[in-house]
Amino acid sequence: MAFYVVQFLTGLASAASLFLVASGLSIIFGVTRIVNFAHGAFYMIGAYIAFTLTERLSGAFGFWGGIVLAALAVALIGVIVEMVLLRRIYHAPELFQLLATFGLTLMVEDLVVLIWGPDDLVGRRAPGFKGAIDFFGQNIPSYDLFLIVLGPVVLGILWLLFQRTRWGVLVRAATQDRDMVAALGVNQKWLFTSVFAVGVFLAALGGALQIPRDAVHHAMDLRIIVEVFVVVVIGGLGSIVGAFVAAVLVSELNAFGILIFPKISIILVFLVMAVVLIVRPWGLFGKPEAAARKTPGLTVNPWRPLTSNERLMALAALIVAALLPLFAGNYLLTVGSEIAIFVIFAVSLHFLMSVGGLASFGHAAYFGLGAYGIAFLAKMAGLPMIVCLLLGPLLGCMGAAVFGFFAVQLSGVYFAMLTLAFAQIVWSIAFQWVNVTGGDNGILGLWPSSWAASPSRFYWLALGVAALVTVALRAMVFSPFGYALRATRDSGLRSEAIGIDAKRIQWTAFVIAGTTAGIGGALFAYLKGSVFPDNLGISLSVDALVMVLLGGVETVSGAVIGAIVYKALNIWLVSQTDLSKLVLGGFIMLIVVVFPKGIVGMLEMLAQRRKKASPPGSPLLAKPIESAE
Amino acid sequence: MKLTVQDLNSHYGPAHILFDIGFEVGEGEVVALLGRNGAGKSTTFRSIVGLVAQRSGRITFEGKDVSSKPTHEIVREGLGYVPEERRIFTDLTVEENLEVGRQPKRPNAPHWTREKLFALFPNLGEMKNRPGGRMSGGEQQMLTIARTLMGNPSLVLLDEPSEGLSPKIVEQMVDAILTMKKEGVSIVVSEQNLHFARLISDRAYIIERGRICFGGTMAELDARPDIRDAHLSL
Repeated sequence: MAFYVVQFLTGLASAASLFLVASGLSIIFGVTRIVNFAHGAFYMIGAYIAFTLTERLSGAFGFWGGIVLAALAVALIGVIVEMVLLRRIYHAPELFQLLATFGLTLMVEDLVVLIWGPDDLVGRRAPGFKGAIDFFGQNIPSYDLFLIVLGPVVLGILWLLFQRTRWGVLVRAATQDRDMVAALGVNQKWLFTSVFAVGVFLAALGGALQIPRDAVHHAMDLRIIVEVFVVVVIGGLGSIVGAFVAAVLVSELNAFGILIFPKISIILVFLVMAVVLIVRPWGLFGKPEAAARKTPGLTVNPWRPLTSNERLMALAALIVAALLPLFAGNYLLTVGSEIAIFVIFAVSLHFLMSVGGLASFGHAAYFGLGAYGIAFLAKMAGLPMIVCLLLGPLLGCMGAAVFGFFAVQLSGVYFAMLTLAFAQIVWSIAFQWVNVTGGDNGILGLWPSSWAASPSRFYWLALGVAALVTVALRAMVFSPFGYALRATRDSGLRSEAIGIDAKRIQWTAFVIAGTTAGIGGALFAYLKGSVFPDNLGISLSVDALVMVLLGGVETVSGAVIGAIVYKALNIWLVSQTDLSKLVLGGFIMLIVVVFPKGIVGMLEMLAQRRKKASPPGSPLLAKPIESAE
Repeated sequence: MKLTVQDLNSHYGPAHILFDIGFEVGEGEVVALLGRNGAGKSTTFRSIVGLVAQRSGRITFEGKDVSSKPTHEIVREGLGYVPEERRIFTDLTVEENLEVGRQPKRPNAPHWTREKLFALFPNLGEMKNRPGGRMSGGEQQMLTIARTLMGNPSLVLLDEPSEGLSPKIVEQMVDAILTMKKEGVSIVVSEQNLHFARLISDRAYIIERGRICFGGTMAELDARPDIRDAHLSL
């Protein structure tokens, strides 16, 4: 019995940091509508700076002062980031800010290694909380008890801050209607900056307080950010109390899950999140959001099919690409194949995001399922490559059919989070069900049949499929199905009112996107000759998001360019420098600030500007951005 | 002049909404901006307070050019705005809604306190701690006006204050607006309802398809039934 009590208390202690970070994320999202991917990075910097300060400053004051100073220092960094980076992009399309903060995260990951080195750092114990308390023969670290008390104290302080101060009232008002707050004479800029500072302070404090418990290392940001997303979504975005309850829930699930279901402990948390989102789509303490006032898009170019000239140009580009094997070596061809495969992957997500308005944070699940589909068919059933390629993506299709059905019941950030949860569940299964999937070791030895074995042939195969998929999805955009999908994206209510079954249309789009991703994954399995859980991991999902946003989310086929640029740059940087993440992150942020419409969006804008005098396209295809009032 | 609008042009994306709008409001005057749904009344107001990004023209408030200032600075000059869709903060209580609107006293404008506003809108005083989301439409409309008055404006843009309200509440609204006028607040009120406008306004402008097509006193408007019928009748 005592053991379980101790386990429970350990869970509560872990909840404290999780709550601090999650409440910060929640506050920032509430007001600025930014899903701050860099929140984990701030948590990590908080831990690193606290490590350095507590090492340098001596005594009890040195330790506690160091913790607080570290959090303040990171808050200051947060203020600079907000003023220099985020202020420029508040009006960019919703997910663009996610991209910027993701770029920041990449940079921070390399920077901390540069500054503090790649090794784990073990920090000082907290003065006054060094020992442990004996509880019926079990030890409870007294620092854990401190954290258990700290959680509710911080909750109380935040509650007072939001309920009893003018700042809190303004923040709550801005959470609901930013423009109206400005129209009452409040300077939004400083309100946003202060909110961001408070949120970042909480994240950094959470990180700093971890140093007596855990080693500081340079991957702690990704681990926490996923957990924090889960917490915030279970608790309800914008709800501090929700963040607290969910932090406790998640920490306890972790603490006990490992005892009761050691095999599926990772899945447990995501399973709970999925159930919560299905039963209460706005989280335990969240409120259904009033239909958000749509932020007007940046581009006003109506979507249109390519003109015959543009078609010829695209065809010419394809022919040039197909000529690559004539002068490129094997390495380059392999890179080319990989890029072509990622074009398929990015285009499939782009279809879901841009055409369907559904931003999936877990799209790699269907890519990976396609890859595992190949692995099962080829290794276990021993089917030939051509059969595998036709059947393998069906696993992605089935996964998308099941998960998509639940996911499309939600929208916006909640949709994104549910897709993330599903992807994590699939990842956990691949990772933990070792008998079938090989776990971390993956499934090896998948080689293409002889007709596609040589690098140039495989390249042609990948290129051909990529071209086919792109054309097919484009055709779908301009088909009646595409019109219906875009109608549900632009106004769910209005499209339902004219008889479009929104959920069914979106579900269909989800399945199409998932199957297409599965095709990419199937080819990827053959390219690499192996399948690993990473093929369905979060970082791959994020890669896909970056490719779409980089190309331009408001374009018809920007993802093609986004995938080529991002993937080529990524592969090249990894081969050139150890600091590839730093460069890539900086590049992403630069793109976001300088070309907020993505690469293709910018090119379209330039083209538009050049022929401004020419009449606009068919009104049928016009995309209303903001209706006149 | 309290407020002068000259050559105001506004766009939403590619759509040109307002064309060379111009009008004036004198000190302590109540001016009606009349027009049908979609004529451009709300866009005019939103453009004046800087909520429409793509706008050009000259807006002079109390002698100062505010055309290129951000929304919050315009409002802090004493130009209050009451939006059409009410847009109260539903999670916040009545008191908290008022708190958001609170700004320092202004020498040239009446000073409003919570007590004074609860006297002006007695209903609100009875529900100080009720969340805005649990109020009736009429109460919400009163709250939006009270909230804007907390900023001690010397001029208020009132966007369709009578829309969707019961006749009894409309009567209260007329009284409230007349009280505001008596206190010395200049008011621009947008309306579709000529009857309502006549009860409170000194002068009127008619806006149609984004253009001002009439300006004059209420008596002058009454003398031109042709204009009234062409631009206002349903």
